[in-house]
Amino acid sequence: MIHIRNIHKSYTNGQNSLHVLKGIDLNIEAGEMISVMGPSGSGKSTLLNILGILDTHDEGEYKLDGIGISNLNERKAAHLRNRMLGFVFQSFNLISFKNAMENVALPLYYQKINRRKRNRIALEYLDRLGLKDWAHHLPSELSGGQKQRVAIARALITRPKVILADEPTGALDSVTSQEMMDLLTEINHTGITMIIVTHETDIARRTQKTIRIIDGMVQEILENEVRSKKPEGIKQVRTAIYEKVA
Amino acid sequence: MFELDKWQEIYSTIRKNKLRTFLTGFAVAWGIFMLIILLGSGNGLENGVLDQFQGGANNGIWISSGMTSKEFKGLKAGRLIQFNNEDYKVLKSTIRDHEYMSARMFMGNNITSYKKEYGSFYLSPCHPDYGNIKQVEMVQGRFLNKLDVDEFRKAAVIGEKVRSDLFKGNDTMAVGAYINVKGVLFRVVGVFKDFGRDDNEQRRIYIPVTTAQRVFSGQNVISQISFTTGEAPPEQVDVMVEQSRDLLARRHTFDTEDRQAVFIWNKSEDYRRFQGLFLGIRLFIWIVGIGTIIAGIVGVSNIMMISVKERTKEIGVRKAIGATPFSIISLILREAIVITGFAGYIGLVLGIGVLELISRNLPQIDFFRSPEANFSIAVGATLLLIVAGTLAGIFPARKAAMIKPIEALRDE
Repeated sequence: MIHIRNIHKSYTNGQNSLHVLKGIDLNIEAGEMISVMGPSGSGKSTLLNILGILDTHDEGEYKLDGIGISNLNERKAAHLRNRMLGFVFQSFNLISFKNAMENVALPLYYQKINRRKRNRIALEYLDRLGLKDWAHHLPSELSGGQKQRVAIARALITRPKVILADEPTGALDSVTSQEMMDLLTEINHTGITMIIVTHETDIARRTQKTIRIIDGMVQEILENEVRSKKPEGIKQVRTAIYEKVA
Repeated sequence: MFELDKWQEIYSTIRKNKLRTFLTGFAVAWGIFMLIILLGSGNGLENGVLDQFQGGANNGIWISSGMTSKEFKGLKAGRLIQFNNEDYKVLKSTIRDHEYMSARMFMGNNITSYKKEYGSFYLSPCHPDYGNIKQVEMVQGRFLNKLDVDEFRKAAVIGEKVRSDLFKGNDTMAVGAYINVKGVLFRVVGVFKDFGRDDNEQRRIYIPVTTAQRVFSGQNVISQISFTTGEAPPEQVDVMVEQSRDLLARRHTFDTEDRQAVFIWNKSEDYRRFQGLFLGIRLFIWIVGIGTIIAGIVGVSNIMMISVKERTKEIGVRKAIGATPFSIISLILREAIVITGFAGYIGLVLGIGVLELISRNLPQIDFFRSPEANFSIAVGATLLLIVAGTLAGIFPARKAAMIKPIEALRDE
């Protein structure tokens, strides 16, 4: 799904040049669930931005589902982000003046799907994530876990091939964090490739592989023993989503 | 893509910031309101002044005789100049580019009667062309014609006030009736209406100049010669004026520099001068009005700028989930146009409302009448608003489009 070769990225700030990524090679197959770990400044967020086509790389090759990603214009990049990728952020990044349903529906607005249809689809997704009753609430009226589930619904609504999650549990308590990981795992089981940036070992251990980045280079790739514990309630959600995507 | 969708997207963002939107819109509404009031007042002034020009062709030239004030060729100053029929004929054949020309006699107010009704009316012998020079409108019958003049007919054309005084409501009887003017019976051939501001211009009786000379004065003396210049450009009109003056100076032996010997009123010159004045006023008003609107635009632009800054994160999110730069520009630009357009429209309606109110309750005063904003002003203002909205949105929209999602989404 994701193939990168010898990716380099530097940031120039005045006369100082900061070499952030120093030749990264990575292969992520379709349906994998990967975590990326590393200390602050290691370049893991930069890597995620490049994978998410939010930023460009200076050197090297990036192929997303067979499509070469380099020197794309903004319109093309926006289009690919919309069709192929879903984002989940630490601070949720919901639009504060739109209710849960409108937030979830927003990516479909950029696919030029009409309002009635996209709101209906958004409601289906919220329903599956157990948030149907909260559909007309503003983000400020939701708890952290609920907000993140709305964000996940928003990432899922375009049926992306890859979900990129940047510290998805960073703003959540440990119980909610585990629930969130359950949910992301279930989504991964529907065939969506999942890349999670985290600095919590607890979270990383729940993915199949952990990529450790230090100083702009891949230091090691660990195979994790994935826990099999799955609560009953989540299973239903998984089945529902699976059916939808299949 | 259903267009309504985009407007709903804009509506939802505007609704989020009611007060801010209101304050922004207010500046624009105020600008347009002021522009409309200014333009309307300008029109009022113009209408009022042009009203003073009513009654008489705007391209008319009136030549009256006076008294010499300079010695010339051994002749003393203080000599009375009197025009005669020959002057009229010579002028008529010399000033070839004239449109209408007429001689006139001033015979003052005279007791005129019809049966038992009497009145004192101004008697003004003239040629048939005078109707066109004075621009009277016939309400009954006709004006004087060539036959009346050639055959010394005792024909009279009377003003509406003359008719109402002499015929007391029997308007239909006027044409064809014989009225007694200074003891001579004249047949009424027509009734006119004069748009001049002076009521007395409706209290006139026009008769053929030839008839008047024969039955009243027994001389060939005339008091005034007037003509219109047609479509002649200003320079040519000036030439006509000079030609007339030279001709009369030669015929009556006075210095062409002697401005007391004949008085020439060139109405088109006055008219032109006022046209220039109005042009100046209009220009001034547009400059002031557009200045006010620019202040509004800068306000909108400024607030949109702040709004874009505040919404950096939101715009970053939109871009991350697939908004193209164009869709962001269109979002911000539309928002600016909606705010300026809507607010401007309110200003426009209020401005026109206030003008209408003033126009209705304004007492009759000279030089100011019916201030109004006409259709072309409304269309102009609407176009201005769209342009203004676009201008107000351009910079914020560009700024928004340049927002990088990674910077916008960076967690602090």
